[in-house]
Amino acid sequence: MSDDHEQQLVEQVRRAAEAGSPLAIRGGNSKAFYGRAVKGESLDLSGHGGVVSYEPTELVITARAGTPLAEIEALLAEKDQMLPFEPPHFGALAPSPSPQGGGEPRATSLPRGERVATFGGMLAAGLSGPRRPWGGAVRDAVLGVKLLNGRGEVLKFGGQVMKNVAGYDLSRLMAGSLGTLAVILEASVRVLPKPAVQITLVQEANEDQAAGRLVAWGRKPLPLSASLYHDGRLWVRLSGAEQGVAAARAVIGGEEADGDIWRQTRDQTLPFFQGDAPLWRVSLPTAAQALDLSGATLSEWGGALRWLRSDLSAGAIRRRAAALGGHAILFRGHDGVCEVFHPLPPAMLLLHKRLKAAFDPRGIFNPGRMYAEL
Amino acid sequence: MNAPAEVLLSPTQRSALLADLRNALPARCVLAEAEDLRPYECDGLSAYRRLPAVAVLPETIEQIRAVLRVCRTHNVPVVARGAGTGLSGGALPLSNGVLLGLAKFNRILEIDPDNRVARVQPGVRNLAISEAAAAHGLYYAPDPSSQIACSIGGNVAENSGGVHCLKYGLTVHNVQAIKLLTMDGELLEIGECEKPGGLDNPGYDLLAVLTGSEGLLGLVVEVTVRLLPKPERAQVLLAAYDSVERAGEAVAAIIGAGVIPAGLEMMDNPAIRAAEAFVHAGYPEDAAAILLCELDGTNEEVSEEIMRVRQLLLDSGATEVRTAADEAQRQRFWAGRKGAFPAVGRISPDYYCMDGTIPRRELGRVLGRIEELSVEHGLQVANVFHAGDGNLHPLILFDANRPGELERAEAFGTAILDLCVAVGGTVTGEHGVGIEKLAPMCGQFTAGELEQFHAVKAAFDPAGLLNPGKAVPTLHRCAEFGRMHVHHGEVKFPDLPRF
Repeated sequence: MSDDHEQQLVEQVRRAAEAGSPLAIRGGNSKAFYGRAVKGESLDLSGHGGVVSYEPTELVITARAGTPLAEIEALLAEKDQMLPFEPPHFGALAPSPSPQGGGEPRATSLPRGERVATFGGMLAAGLSGPRRPWGGAVRDAVLGVKLLNGRGEVLKFGGQVMKNVAGYDLSRLMAGSLGTLAVILEASVRVLPKPAVQITLVQEANEDQAAGRLVAWGRKPLPLSASLYHDGRLWVRLSGAEQGVAAARAVIGGEEADGDIWRQTRDQTLPFFQGDAPLWRVSLPTAAQALDLSGATLSEWGGALRWLRSDLSAGAIRRRAAALGGHAILFRGHDGVCEVFHPLPPAMLLLHKRLKAAFDPRGIFNPGRMYAEL
Repeated sequence: MNAPAEVLLSPTQRSALLADLRNALPARCVLAEAEDLRPYECDGLSAYRRLPAVAVLPETIEQIRAVLRVCRTHNVPVVARGAGTGLSGGALPLSNGVLLGLAKFNRILEIDPDNRVARVQPGVRNLAISEAAAAHGLYYAPDPSSQIACSIGGNVAENSGGVHCLKYGLTVHNVQAIKLLTMDGELLEIGECEKPGGLDNPGYDLLAVLTGSEGLLGLVVEVTVRLLPKPERAQVLLAAYDSVERAGEAVAAIIGAGVIPAGLEMMDNPAIRAAEAFVHAGYPEDAAAILLCELDGTNEEVSEEIMRVRQLLLDSGATEVRTAADEAQRQRFWAGRKGAFPAVGRISPDYYCMDGTIPRRELGRVLGRIEELSVEHGLQVANVFHAGDGNLHPLILFDANRPGELERAEAFGTAILDLCVAVGGTVTGEHGVGIEKLAPMCGQFTAGELEQFHAVKAAFDPAGLLNPGKAVPTLHRCAEFGRMHVHHGEVKFPDLPRF
């Protein structure tokens, strides 16, 4: 079925390329809020699902773009494995059972109207969760992709092996490209064994104390796998072998806490993330000082990711982020028309435009989703 | 041979180029005499040698920019070179081009222990970064075997690996920012360069594309790498097996049990014997294969895992399992593996090192087939293998002074790489394509895929002056190689003439 579906996608892209008419690529629609709004005919990947192969001892899973992320995570969990970058779902955690059924084993179609994170969307958005500084980002785990470029050609880059330097690394380039370069049809990512033991610790701290502790711990070989600071409390997760975690616990201190905090942070279901005030995602050096902008903050990634709810102007927030060595994304609470991502210097923007044209010469894929000029 | 035909500049062209370069750079930075150019005639792949038209050794970014400007004006290609340790001929000069050496860019600009990054110039040696970071209890993880000599700029160009990739990743996983000069002379910061930056950047992931781009997309003039806290302890186990298949199954068993070793290496019998004769590592010389498995982490973690892995190795049918008794023995166990290439160099006048990667489950089949190919081509082979990540280095033994042996070695090598692709792997895991693997690239990628690579190259370097002719073959080259694999009954390059 999926080969037929692939052919339909190819034909839709070829038609759009001939007409020069834009396509809005969508999977499970769970991250439709992310980036700028796209006007175009819908190119629907939700029916293009199914795990192609999974070899636990090779540490690799290959799946089609429309496969629900939850299905992949469940499959990995059966073998005590996981996606190392802990991707957010931002939607229903599991799709309702597909009415079609039958067909290929494992092929799942997403019911319409429901917002369910997909494997392809995970890769296109390139967003990673709490484990990112220690387990790597989505792009770090990407091993290969099968994609559909703007000429309607199906191309494969990378593969299923860890080490591969044949040709430019165009598969990692897809991570975070928001569908503006090509349509991701299928991808292979690296997986990791689940840690034997995982504990969450919480302690009281003011912002400076928390930052100081995280920097000091970061310089030691401790089995850290997540951090969260919000409102006077610092949470830390330790993952690894039993005795290693126990020894690190003695160094970190604090009380044991509910580990569900990491899922709530990842999927933004914590109260901090509710409400209408604009939500900014500010990426900074780990040891950067406090943002010191009016509004509420929540910090992750040992200090390298700061969330800010603030009505301050985009200019003020971006200037502060840049001064600290980082950049700011207007994550939620915008009209889809304004600049969402940190503006690029002119020479960089020119290179981006040329790179997009190298994949999508007619500019049909998600025009404007990342930057108005792309 | 893979090298394209020589093209020479006319004497007038060359002297005009030289005059402009001498105008742009101090005299000591421009080399034009054959004897001065000789050291740059090849990199680590010494079977290919060629003198550049001119070599330059600039000292500042402005001087590099000036060199690029001169090259654009004269429409002359540029090949960048770091330490020249590459194994695929990526830094092989072009006889009509400028060889741009970055050896003078050898300063560590900053080590920031709180943000765990080091900002360095591209000519800094890989190991020098870890040495400088050691005072803070930090180190730079990727450790290619040439790490005492190879430069970080070259590591970025090749996306270099090492024996600890399985746990700590390749160069691409450990670089945070790059300062890049494009062929147009534009200085771009990919990531934050002037101060320590964050873990991601706005826009496309250009770091991913540039890492491993073999000097075809831009010139790396500064690199910010991530540093890691040094593990408290590292311990290594040596297990002997009476068949390579069994050793391969042991690797799957370790990973299937949820252990990610810091290093997991395999050597077959010919490699074991060569290494043992060379460094006296204490390897069991009658074993069909040995595994070296290194575990690192906190004291407690290592103690716990070493017992588990030891049991896994015994259960997997190891005839013997040894734990290094102390640091000196650990270093000796590794010395044998790290010295495997020179060890083979002692027992054979020449050797040809392959670099395919395969899914690990195919190991038994691939090694079996390599043995058959060895008989067919009448050449011996020794195998060393980054077993954890599937990266296989068969070393083909030959004598270049015997007529026909080099050609046979190349044919044997090509057959091995075809085999790697056929089982779902790749023609190069960490050494790069360079000049050496252009032909097998034609078998791994379709015409459309190769064209996509060329389109990306043109986006960065429209005039095509950066290291042209390396890394990605043109469709015409593929036709010349006669590498038209029939795939699903389709000929790959139907529009091209056949030779």
